[in-house]
Amino acid sequence: MLRTPLYEAHRKADARLVPFAGWEMPVQYRGVLDECRAVRGGAGLFDVSHMGRVRVRGEGALPFLQYLTVNDVSKLSPGGGEAQYSLLCRDAGGIIDDIIVYRLREHEFIVVVNASNRDKDLHWMQHHAVRREHLVLEDETPQTALIAVQGPQAVDLVDALSDREVAALPRFGLDESVVAGVQTVVARTGYTGEDGVELFCRAHEARALWQALVDKGGVPCGLGARDTLRLEAALPLYGHEMDEHTPPYEARLGWVVKTKKPGDFLGKNALTQLKNAPRHRVLVGLEMEGRGIPREGYPVHAESPDGATVGRVTSGTFSPQRSKGIALARVEAAHAADGTRLDVLIRDARHAACVVPLPFYKNV
Amino acid sequence: MSDIRPGFRYTKSHEWVKVEGDTATIGITDHAQEELGDIVYIELPEVGRVLSADDVFGTVESVKAVSELYAPVSGEVVAVNEALSGSEAAINESPYETGWMITVKLKDPAEAGKLLDPDAYRSQIGE
Repeated sequence: MLRTPLYEAHRKADARLVPFAGWEMPVQYRGVLDECRAVRGGAGLFDVSHMGRVRVRGEGALPFLQYLTVNDVSKLSPGGGEAQYSLLCRDAGGIIDDIIVYRLREHEFIVVVNASNRDKDLHWMQHHAVRREHLVLEDETPQTALIAVQGPQAVDLVDALSDREVAALPRFGLDESVVAGVQTVVARTGYTGEDGVELFCRAHEARALWQALVDKGGVPCGLGARDTLRLEAALPLYGHEMDEHTPPYEARLGWVVKTKKPGDFLGKNALTQLKNAPRHRVLVGLEMEGRGIPREGYPVHAESPDGATVGRVTSGTFSPQRSKGIALARVEAAHAADGTRLDVLIRDARHAACVVPLPFYKNV
Repeated sequence: MSDIRPGFRYTKSHEWVKVEGDTATIGITDHAQEELGDIVYIELPEVGRVLSADDVFGTVESVKAVSELYAPVSGEVVAVNEALSGSEAAINESPYETGWMITVKLKDPAEAGKLLDPDAYRSQIGE
């Protein structure tokens, strides 16, 4: 089992540690509800060092990433300092992973990938890097750490420890900064629906940085809270809302695919066709009317005592923000309009739900 | 260390039973609530339902997990803690008192004697 550079800090804080994508990670410290509240009202800290970090360097880096990913990397400021959400897709259009591409400098990028897909992604990247010149790929996951600071007070908290003005960064902007004496890359990104930043640093300095953030009032939060917060913000999670059999257009990710960007890219032909094809299945938000909690895999039926199955829950949870069960579900397009009443089958009983606008919650 | 009440009986699936005469009150243990985390939803049976030992009598859910409840003993449900619905945090805060779930009229008052005693339950959970 892999451990992040913050493993000892989590143990000392009495976190509950669980296996996650091959890593031993904190699922909760004080409790999921407390931690969600800390992020919605203050500043929460997440160790997300398990996520893969691949540095891509050289004059060949931009054309390589432009070919590899579906978003338009050339839109990132040439001098660096910007990031974008993107996807790796197969030729047939299925999603290999969702990623964030951070441009540090003209010829230097960091690609952050899901922990569960790191090996697959690296293999895919290396395969497509063969015979390309002026291109260096380096998996720097083991040598580095990644800490997310999220919540309405997150930016102020980091600003108070930083030698550069973090508050001046736009959403998805990034900068190099010394935070609490530690050299970092600070990016205004996150996965909670809140304002905040993510801090990249070297592994051996992660503990000092984490402690400084805790001392300033940051509340350590686990993967349990992270999953609930991302679901309230309707942010998709690989393996749940998307996978290799799901085209971006069935995961509310069509906006990421820039079919008209300059040059060829992996998946371009299939994605161009899919973009113009009728949508059979759509990802929607469901809010329960009663008190049941929808969970991944639960069938979704048309309303009426004998309504047919029209879809399935991809992620579901109790939402602390709404005090209700909420879910993302993939349903037939005819049942996807806001306000449509559907039933979720929970332990063989029908529970009424309603298609609602997404996100369930957002404060960015 | 978990709170384990003397005089109660316990199951491997972390329910507790308190026998008084021919009735038994049932809930989940302090260890169980700690493992589950913040409980946000519960489904309990109707009064009058007849349970056999090991029947699923309800479901308890935390933010992230769903867990079934198993009847430790056989009998008819004579009371259900309706106050828990909407106030499930009581199970976290007071698993042996305000967090009780159901009371059954025992089919066989001797049946609970076969369940784990406090010492056996403590070693069951590795404490």
